[in-house]
Amino acid sequence: MTSDGIPRLRCEGLRKCFDGTHALHDVRLELPSAGIVAIIGPNGAGKTTLLNVLTGFLRADAGQVFLGDLELTRMAPHKISRLGIARTFQDLRLILQVPARENVLLARPNQKGERLLTALFRFGVPQEEVRNREEATRWLRFVGLEEKANEAAGELSYGQQKLLTLACCLAAEGRILLLDEPVTGVHPEMIAQILDMLRLLRDQGRLVVLVEHDIAAVRQVADVVIVMDEGRIIAQGKPSEVLERPEIIEAYVG
Amino acid sequence: MEYLLHILVLGAVYTVLTVSLDLLAGRTGLLSIAQAAFYGIGAYTSALLVTQVEAPFLVGLLAGVAVAVLISFIVSLPSLRLHDDYFVIATFGFQMILFSIFNNWIGLTRGPMGIPGIPQPVILRWRVDTHLEFLVLAIVLACFAYLVVWRITSSPFGRALHAIREDEVFAKALGKNTLRFKVTVFAVSAALAAMAGSLYAHYITYIDPTSFTVMESILVISMVIIGGAGSLWGPLVGAVLLVTLPEALRFVGLPSAVAANLRQIIYGSLLVIMMMFRPRGLVGKYGFSK
Repeated sequence: MTSDGIPRLRCEGLRKCFDGTHALHDVRLELPSAGIVAIIGPNGAGKTTLLNVLTGFLRADAGQVFLGDLELTRMAPHKISRLGIARTFQDLRLILQVPARENVLLARPNQKGERLLTALFRFGVPQEEVRNREEATRWLRFVGLEEKANEAAGELSYGQQKLLTLACCLAAEGRILLLDEPVTGVHPEMIAQILDMLRLLRDQGRLVVLVEHDIAAVRQVADVVIVMDEGRIIAQGKPSEVLERPEIIEAYVG
Repeated sequence: MEYLLHILVLGAVYTVLTVSLDLLAGRTGLLSIAQAAFYGIGAYTSALLVTQVEAPFLVGLLAGVAVAVLISFIVSLPSLRLHDDYFVIATFGFQMILFSIFNNWIGLTRGPMGIPGIPQPVILRWRVDTHLEFLVLAIVLACFAYLVVWRITSSPFGRALHAIREDEVFAKALGKNTLRFKVTVFAVSAALAAMAGSLYAHYITYIDPTSFTVMESILVISMVIIGGAGSLWGPLVGAVLLVTLPEALRFVGLPSAVAANLRQIIYGSLLVIMMMFRPRGLVGKYGFSK
């Protein structure tokens, strides 16, 4: 626990091997309680693996993950998600055939209507749905997709789908957002829009962690940059300092 | 007329079975080959209670449902941790075990000799003893099964099932305990199949293990696929079609040995043709492939 009383996400000694190569090699990290943190590094540096271990989708070979004093190391992904740690995926995971709004509705936590008996007998479910729809609409509006609410998620553009996954994280009441490549491959105009949203979310007190290849975007938005290479954290600090170091530029380009 | 009513009763019994499997396979994406096992559990539990301790029909039916739900937990807690194809194989193994119990636990089930003399149901004061009355009862139960599945699928619970079918990782990332949903839906599906089994036992008045083989499970899967998985009317269309098909073949006038084989060939061909040209089934919206 820290002075501001908000539990921080941290990990110690994380190791993960795939077929003999180290995807994570003794990763120790303490994230701030709020802000925008960018994790960069060449392909295969272990960035996504780190995200997967932090969110419980992969089990580390060694090491521990904590949120404040709570150990997350062997916790199931859905339990970690319920602690307010929301994530997106590189290969945009969404339910493509159903409307955008349904995707966001799905994300709402603690739905009574998700219990069998309540679903069958509908005690309080219609009222709950009304509240959740309002909340879903609020986040769709936030990411600028309110007009697309009734369109199938699969019909949206790539950038809009990325925004929709962000809306899902927010509707799930994520306080810590782990975003895997939120702007890679997105139209430049939309990148500026997404970065503004991330700043706004930070200013509301959230921690935004992005794994990103777009260095220009990282330079604009990140408070802290973490550089990974071959499963290790090789540098950490302000973008203005870290991104100027010759060895970092070399590691990244090479 | 009796003959037509008989086919309609069977159509309604199979509709319950098909609806129960569709909840699992069509709506949640969990293909189970054990539906006939739960159908058998319902049939045997109520047949034994009714013939051995003269329990009333509804008690037998509810007991069958309860036993099926209990056994579904025993099966689902280990096998639902398995993925896709492995889950299918686990349910196949369970189906084989249950058939073996029906067939070999002579002391309880009388094995291949079966259980004869299952009385016609009496519900309160209503004695269900004509084909027409049976049809009414079967339709009531089919409507009940439909109602249960409709309530589930049109609720937030159903939204989560749909998400699990399409992308389980996404559902987990949004905080859904997907194992809990799958265990629950497996139990509901088992309960509905057991209900169909109880009804069948009382209708035919005699049961033996041959009604609850893996072929029966595959027949129900065929009904789901041909009708259209995950759709409202698919289970009804699939069940009625595959119940009437063999009866229709009977009128073609082939010798029974030929007709029986021909029937299998037609089922098989229908499945292949459906998979090639209409994987979403006759009236379905979604295919099994993603």
